[in-house]
Amino acid sequence: MKYLSAIGGYAIMVVEVFKKPTKWRIMKSLILKEVDELIYGSLGIIVFISFFIGAVVSIQTAMNLTNELIPKNLIGFATRQSIILEFAPTFCSVIMAGKVGSFITSSIGTMRVTEQIDALEVMGVNALNYLVFPKIIAMLLYPFIIAVSMYVGIFGGWFAGVFGGFITSADFVDGVTLDFIPFHVTYSFIKTVVFAFLLATIPSFHGFYMKGGALEVGKASTTSFVWTSVVIIITNYILTQLLLT
Amino acid sequence: MIEVDHIHKSFKDTHILKGISTTFETGKTNLIIGQSGSGKTVFLKCLLGLFDATDGKILYDGKQYTELSSAEQRNLRQEMGMVFQGSALFDGLTVEGNVKFPLEMFTKQSKSEMQDRVDTVLKRVNLVDAHHKFPSEISGGMQKRVAIARAIVMNPKYLFCDEPNSGLDPRTAIVIDNLIQEITEEYAITTVINTHDMNSVMEIGEKILFLKNGLKEWEGTKHEIFKTDNKAVTDFVYSSELFKKVRQMYIEERN
Repeated sequence: MKYLSAIGGYAIMVVEVFKKPTKWRIMKSLILKEVDELIYGSLGIIVFISFFIGAVVSIQTAMNLTNELIPKNLIGFATRQSIILEFAPTFCSVIMAGKVGSFITSSIGTMRVTEQIDALEVMGVNALNYLVFPKIIAMLLYPFIIAVSMYVGIFGGWFAGVFGGFITSADFVDGVTLDFIPFHVTYSFIKTVVFAFLLATIPSFHGFYMKGGALEVGKASTTSFVWTSVVIIITNYILTQLLLT
Repeated sequence: MIEVDHIHKSFKDTHILKGISTTFETGKTNLIIGQSGSGKTVFLKCLLGLFDATDGKILYDGKQYTELSSAEQRNLRQEMGMVFQGSALFDGLTVEGNVKFPLEMFTKQSKSEMQDRVDTVLKRVNLVDAHHKFPSEISGGMQKRVAIARAIVMNPKYLFCDEPNSGLDPRTAIVIDNLIQEITEEYAITTVINTHDMNSVMEIGEKILFLKNGLKEWEGTKHEIFKTDNKAVTDFVYSSELFKKVRQMYIEERN
């Protein structure tokens, strides 16, 4: 019952976000600020993690290729498939649930605790539109981060494979281009757009409707991370079933 | 003028406000006092429209909020200013940005017109050097002044203050109290202040409403509160030895 009520509350919040829009002059600057904080501010951690995960996938694949009959270019092929299909869109989104999600919940939650949201409402501002809508629009640039993650992840795989002495550069590149299906990238970006919406709205829901003080802001951030991750994982399964089978 | 007619407010099974009726007059500082848990904050939030009353009516110069169209409700909201207990300034905006915020949101004024208005209200609250500072860079008293400036920048007809001098030293508290009273008279605003501070009661209480257990226990002026025999009021207001002596002196002086 509690979960159904939360789902209902979330749906109502999403509808409210698009009502009574804030003046474009103000909204424009809010969106640019969110792009800076949510997208540009996340590039560093995503590049760092993608490079090393790509490298690890490459090494692990190489270590498991014990049969001489299996061509070495499989290392490049496996790295590409893992990064494009799962690591970049899903694993990065779970990381973003921790990085961006906690930030969104704690910043909106702190505004709730310090009565800044009440101040917006007293003035007649649609606080949900003012606070959440710019985050949704900023997160439309999230596929850009995932594209960078794909590129850096595969580069990390090449780096570890070639400089670790597991594969030649030519074989790796051959594997990366082997049986390439462009729809896999489309599938990945479709997932990314859905995850971007979840990453902007679920943490906002937990921050906006939290009650209590500073301790509860911390608890709300943790709950928000757990639920954003759970919903991303379930949505990943549903979208994979719908798009790839 | 705000007329409150038999306001009730319940949260599930808890009945907080139990039929409060009163009138807050224009150009006067109206104070709501009472112990913690007496329903002061809920009452103020009902007046602000943040809570819908379960029963009863609130009329703002004859207009009932719940019977207005959404556009009229929006206009009425813009006639309300609020000073929150913790100031509730927007952390990401400078002092100037905070004060300018309602103008940017709701008016079509040019940048220079907005700047003139912001300069005028900041000067009115005696803040002339803090335009570009952030809320975290100024003192609690200055934050309260910014909050008052933000509340009056749209020329409101109604000003609500939730414990405006909590957390301030006595000297600054008096300055803030006097500022609110001056602004109330100068701009002919209906001001309602929720307070625990007995100094405020004695200084600026042109009308005082005492709540107890969600009911109106007593109402009167700062002069009448010295003379009242209502035990709940005297127990609350004259709980300290200092105020007991002040009351005694007042009564002796009058006799």
